[in-house]
Amino acid sequence: MRIVPFLISLFLTTGLIICLNRQWGDLKKTPVLGSFLSPQHGFWQNAEAVGTDFSGSVTLPGLAGKGDVYFDEYLIPHVNANSEADACYIQGYLHAKFRLWQMEFQTFAASGRLSEVLGAGKDDSYLKYDRSMRRLGMVTAAQASLAEMEKDSNSKKDCDAYTAGVNAWISQLKESDLPLEYKLLNYKPEPWTNLKIALFIKYMAYDLAGGDNDFEMTNAKSFFSKEDFAKLYPAIQDSLDPIIPKGKRFLPPGFVPKAPATADSLYFNNPITVTDQELKPEKDNGSNNWAISGRKTLSHAPILCNDPHLSTNLPSIWYQMQIHTPDYNAYGVSFPGAPFIIIGFNDDCAWGITNAGRDVRDYYSIRFKDETRREYWFNGNWKPAVLRVDTIKIKGEAAFYDTVATTDLGPVMFDPTYTGYSDIASSRSYAVRWKAADTSNELSTFSRFQSIRNYNDYKEALQTFKCPGQNFVFADKAGEVAIRQEGIFPAKWKGQGLYVMPGEDSSYVWQDTIARDENPYMILDTAGDRGFVSSANQEPADSTYPYYLGSDFPIYRGLIINRILNNMNSITPADMMKMQTDNFDVFAEMARPLLLKNIDRSKLNDKATAWLNTFRQWNLINNPGEQGPVIFKYWWSQLLKEILDDEFSKTSLALHTPHESTVLEALLKDTAWSFIDNVNTPEKETLGQVVTGAFLKIVPKLQQDEKDDHITWAKNKDTWARHLLRLPALSRTHLPIGGGVHCINAAKQFHGPSWRMIVQLTSKTEAYGVYPGGQSGNPGSPYYDTFIDSWASGRYYPLWVMAQDEIKDKRVKWVMHFNK
Amino acid sequence: MIKFLVSILLIALLSFVCGLFLPWWTIGVAAFVVSALIPLKPLHAFFAGFLAIFLLWGGLAFGIDQQNNSILSAKIAAILPLGGSVIALILVTAFVGALVGGGAAITGAFLKAAR
Repeated sequence: MRIVPFLISLFLTTGLIICLNRQWGDLKKTPVLGSFLSPQHGFWQNAEAVGTDFSGSVTLPGLAGKGDVYFDEYLIPHVNANSEADACYIQGYLHAKFRLWQMEFQTFAASGRLSEVLGAGKDDSYLKYDRSMRRLGMVTAAQASLAEMEKDSNSKKDCDAYTAGVNAWISQLKESDLPLEYKLLNYKPEPWTNLKIALFIKYMAYDLAGGDNDFEMTNAKSFFSKEDFAKLYPAIQDSLDPIIPKGKRFLPPGFVPKAPATADSLYFNNPITVTDQELKPEKDNGSNNWAISGRKTLSHAPILCNDPHLSTNLPSIWYQMQIHTPDYNAYGVSFPGAPFIIIGFNDDCAWGITNAGRDVRDYYSIRFKDETRREYWFNGNWKPAVLRVDTIKIKGEAAFYDTVATTDLGPVMFDPTYTGYSDIASSRSYAVRWKAADTSNELSTFSRFQSIRNYNDYKEALQTFKCPGQNFVFADKAGEVAIRQEGIFPAKWKGQGLYVMPGEDSSYVWQDTIARDENPYMILDTAGDRGFVSSANQEPADSTYPYYLGSDFPIYRGLIINRILNNMNSITPADMMKMQTDNFDVFAEMARPLLLKNIDRSKLNDKATAWLNTFRQWNLINNPGEQGPVIFKYWWSQLLKEILDDEFSKTSLALHTPHESTVLEALLKDTAWSFIDNVNTPEKETLGQVVTGAFLKIVPKLQQDEKDDHITWAKNKDTWARHLLRLPALSRTHLPIGGGVHCINAAKQFHGPSWRMIVQLTSKTEAYGVYPGGQSGNPGSPYYDTFIDSWASGRYYPLWVMAQDEIKDKRVKWVMHFNK
Repeated sequence: MIKFLVSILLIALLSFVCGLFLPWWTIGVAAFVVSALIPLKPLHAFFAGFLAIFLLWGGLAFGIDQQNNSILSAKIAAILPLGGSVIALILVTAFVGALVGGGAAITGAFLKAAR
């Protein structure tokens, strides 16, 4: 009779199982250890055998015909489908097979559902993120776009097919097959929908056209004198080399927006301040692209280059593939989460994209009648607001209910119940007007891009592209080369939307949009032009452009790109590889003479002099092993502090740090620039004093970095390809890559050239590419980080456009057959 | 001794089959059922269950890891945190499963003894 020990051991064993069958921890939860560790269920199942055979045959209902996928040695699929819809179906299936977790996670982020899988986060950071995304109107924007997309029967068919492909993969998944991250976080994928495609596209719109500094500029306008404000935030930069070269004659504007009569009193001179804090996309989301006329290339064929700068995430935002149908043969990179090749080329043309960076997100101050936010003052009446309650599920906690008001001016982003990332209570409310919230069908542009044959097709394809505004570079085999800044941009009166606008009547709304034909563009025609087009997120045109463009654009990459291309002839793809990975720092080139001229060498001890000599002898190239870039980075940022902190620290309001170009240009023009003086001291500081003082302050840091082996550029900058969950173990850390924010090779810590592509449009296309990732999103796959080392060291892969008769080519490693 | 070895073999086998179709904790059910059917002294039953799952999970994990060149295990061993030690990860995997197997098996043995 062993009833007591039986009960005890039963209790203990069941208890153990229960403990192992749940997550532990508060903010960071453990996986469910029992299933996570089980070799038949958990992460071990994601450890893909090296040499896995990816060949196979799948029968998928919904496919119209047969399709074949040939994988090369890098696991890049070369898809052969019978129709565009079948191509989308197979693409959806492949995206899901190799990137499912990432594509779903990105749409969770887009729709404000991170808390659902990650919990509320430290200081409610994920919850704040979710509220921001939802209040901005990401979900309603995606729904509106979806409705627009589904009105177009082609887009609808393609999206339906893509979604069916994703779901065909999801529906056959067993628990053990789930991507690793689902097991780490303990949740399961939902069925894919067309709405998720729209959400992903809106996420890119947020990432590229969701930035603004309206609150900071509002504060700056109220805090600084008019003169100081103009000095710190000038409308145009002297050294700007715009996308459309200076001197182009623009026609008079088709529409002249008029500033409201109250603009001076209620807007420009109204000293309001804002404490709310926005969620902002990465500020350097930018890119380089250029295309060169055959007149300047060795082959006499145009060459097109593009490197979009995005967060260097793992799994990568890009998935490389070739898609062949009876109508087109496209190669390039796609977004897991959406159909089609986004950046690439077909048998006739190549296209590339950079961000226009125009300000299409503005705020209005809203006066509610009371705290119920049911009515707001508009055009002389109390107008009812539309209230909706968002339910934000939070893992392991009760759901959060967010009541959001929507006004005629847009959804209310901030109100007394939500101050964003700020801890300061505020009684004010601000509605947001965001271009990406309007209905549009950007997908249709990419659908058409697959089969464009010439400039007119390309221009036609762009007609449905509204937001995020992009610089589309184009070249074709007939020799045509062009660039167009495309999108629908509000026609703003000068200064409109730079600050929070009064929202009590309709006089401050965006009045009209700029007609597409008036968007800046450039087509290379014959001799006489400069032989190339380029863009690097700088202002698209100089001040002769007939519309207000705003003033928040980086200038340096554009300068160096144009300088190099102007001086180059008989260009080859190899030259372009060298150029895309060029680490020359043009900002340092312009700033160094100023620093060296003004430093007082008599104040330096031996150590400091040695550092100064290293800096002086630096070749201005941000190569991985250089110390010069580190000295420059420290010195410049310390100098900025010396110059600006005394004024800026007099307020706790959030202010926008002036552009580096603004400060540099001011100091070059005026060595007695008023901000140099430290207002907290009785004496009047000189430029020499602050330059020297800044240098002396960084010397101990340099000494320490030298001791810590942190003094060379790559180690100091520390570039990562970072997993979306920010787990170092799933990331590639400490990559030996140079470059930096002002270099063509714009590799920062977690951000940089996310896909480098070079296409020479000879009769047989010659193309090269590389991205910081791998084709598999599975951290347990040998193909998780395939290209990263090559990317870091500046090497490229020839892009193999597989021909129909190359089925037996030895580059084909695996074949998947799709049957209906 | 034969019964002991047979128990180990059966527990491992049944657990493996369960693992193909059923949740991870069915290793416990397998160990419980086998040791309730094959009478062993409770302590012996514990070791039979423990060893069966230790060998099953450890062996499977080791085999998978060999095929994978430790690509994933090294990463997981850094997350869990086991200082990146793949061996430690395989042992922890085996040990966690083994504890459940042992506990379930001794429970089964007590049940058998109770009849």
